[in-house]
Amino acid sequence: MEQFAKAAISILFDGVAYAMLLFIISVGLSITMGLMGFANLAHGAFAMLGGYVMVSLMLKAGVPFLLALVLAAIIVALISVPFERYLYRRLYKAGELDQVLLSIGLVFMATATITFFFGPSTVSISVPEFLKGQVNLGFGIFPAYRTFTIAVGLVMIVALWYGFERTITGAKIRAAVDNRRMAQSIGIDVDRLFVITFAFGSGLAALGGGLAIEILGMSPTFALTYLVFFLIVVAVGGLGSIRGAFVAALVLGIIDTAGKYLWPDGGAFFIYAVTIGILLIKPEGLFGKA
Amino acid sequence: MKIHKLLLGVTALFGLMAGQAMAETVKIGVVLPYSGGAAQFGEQIDRGMNLFISQNKDAFGGNEIELIKRDSKRPGGDIAKNAVQELITREKVNLLTGFVFSPNAMASAPLATQGKVPMVIMNAGTAWIPSLSPYIARVSFTMWHAGYPMGEYAHNKLGCKTAAIGFTDYPPGKDSRNAFTTGFEKAGGKVLEAIPMGGPREVPDFTPFFQRVKNAKPDCFYIFVPAGNHSVAVVKTYASLGMGDDGIKLIGPGDITQDTKLQDMPKEAEGMITVHHYSADYDTPRNKAFVKAWKDAYGADTTPDFMGVAGYDGMAAIAHAITAQSGKVTAEGTMKALSGWTYDSPRGKIMIDPETRDIIHDSNVHKVVSKDGRMMIEVIDTIPQVKDPCKANKIGKCK
Repeated sequence: MEQFAKAAISILFDGVAYAMLLFIISVGLSITMGLMGFANLAHGAFAMLGGYVMVSLMLKAGVPFLLALVLAAIIVALISVPFERYLYRRLYKAGELDQVLLSIGLVFMATATITFFFGPSTVSISVPEFLKGQVNLGFGIFPAYRTFTIAVGLVMIVALWYGFERTITGAKIRAAVDNRRMAQSIGIDVDRLFVITFAFGSGLAALGGGLAIEILGMSPTFALTYLVFFLIVVAVGGLGSIRGAFVAALVLGIIDTAGKYLWPDGGAFFIYAVTIGILLIKPEGLFGKA
Repeated sequence: MKIHKLLLGVTALFGLMAGQAMAETVKIGVVLPYSGGAAQFGEQIDRGMNLFISQNKDAFGGNEIELIKRDSKRPGGDIAKNAVQELITREKVNLLTGFVFSPNAMASAPLATQGKVPMVIMNAGTAWIPSLSPYIARVSFTMWHAGYPMGEYAHNKLGCKTAAIGFTDYPPGKDSRNAFTTGFEKAGGKVLEAIPMGGPREVPDFTPFFQRVKNAKPDCFYIFVPAGNHSVAVVKTYASLGMGDDGIKLIGPGDITQDTKLQDMPKEAEGMITVHHYSADYDTPRNKAFVKAWKDAYGADTTPDFMGVAGYDGMAAIAHAITAQSGKVTAEGTMKALSGWTYDSPRGKIMIDPETRDIIHDSNVHKVVSKDGRMMIEVIDTIPQVKDPCKANKIGKCK
């Protein structure tokens, strides 16, 4: 029994930490897809860029970990603005195939560019002392870094909830997701909203990328390797839904961890089986609009 | 007298001309990962080969060599096989070498047999690879060179009664698992569980697997992951779960304490015990000269690792085979030349076993220590001249 409880706690904890990472990276994708109707497969590339900006800041400029994490998010958010302005905007009205081709092309270009500057190997950073080793939370001893990841994830969720539910900009975004033409006709500057949301989503992805270095590792193929997971979170959660992305990330994070823990031979099988199951029952995702 | 001298001179001249006419150009097909996540291995081996060539221009018996390089990219086997096919049929290479990943060597083996092209393997360590073709010789190692002695050592010297195994789920991973299990159980230990931990291409999040092992509380935790990026993640996960504090010893083949990755590891790497055949920290004059030459050639912040040495030794083996056959390289001739070939390698004395065409070398017990602010390998024990235990004991596919 004690063994069982121990296993359950480990699975829950690691699963939630993984889920937070998935959530932080994917939520931006979910919102931009919901708002702009743009299938941005290059979203993971912004996460990857965040990871590499962070590595450069820490290793080349000696910026401390936490500051580097924040800076990476801000820098990538700024970098993403011209992308939205000059590349993505042209294809908002285009078909999905064109959008997919453009964004997957960006992924390959990002992979090649990063390989050129940083080489093909995985890069790693050294996290500060207080994030190394274990931490006692009162009800158990847990890896410090994952505890930190969960904390960041929770803070982000509260901030996102507040931003979307309690601010004017949030209300405008929700309005634009629900009905873009109506929002435009009552005087909401949807173009500006697009830039803000895109930059914000990319910045969040970069934050997730920065956090992921220590957990998933960071290599030039990051954007492609984890693309499937980001898309699963968005598809299972439903486009444009923060709550949906959160629940989907939790379900997938915990199930993936449980699968690996309880039945390692099954490998990554579980996460796909669950995804197919959910989408068969609810094709629009858990919280998507039918 | 004068005439005699003249005659001598003419003869010498003829001899020289004949010698020149006999000098052959030997085409060597090199199949290595030059791009993608495994490019670091390709670079190591490439540098090892080139270092040998630049140091030993005379070792090829006056013959020219031409390296034709092909990128095998990933471990899947398909790309390497295509490359080998092209090298044999279009480029008409006399010799094949390289091969970092076992599946790539396995997929290429039938082509070596059909095309009668000898293959000198510079890394791929799955034990039964040389059985796949009579024209394969290996200068690197087998998973059993490390795994089997590690099993015995873990039980007899480290005092581990129980062990858990975590391995990357592809042929050398399973091979390493079998090697350790055989050694450990023969010595009287008990393997609690063996956990497959994803494929070789991407570094997974190891936490769920390690958490399972942490809760199972074995005395030793034996890990096989492919050399490179996986190993740093392994030690980081081990550290972040505090498994050392639970008294679980982290052990494995030397792939997980690769020289090029040691400095990236957290301090919990200290005390790790691995069994391997090479580290740049080996304190022998031969190795010191080798490491110095390496750093002179490629920069002070580079270091050779076991792959670099395999590239170096592999080129030495190829040079020997070419010279022994006066540049007319055949598959049978190469295997004959390499059979019983010995060499004073930076790793110590090595020999190609005439029976199995596989390498014989010392397996050393490595301990990770911290010295002058850098992680280092210290050799704490040596098992001399190990013949691949898999073939020696005729286990499984090793016949």
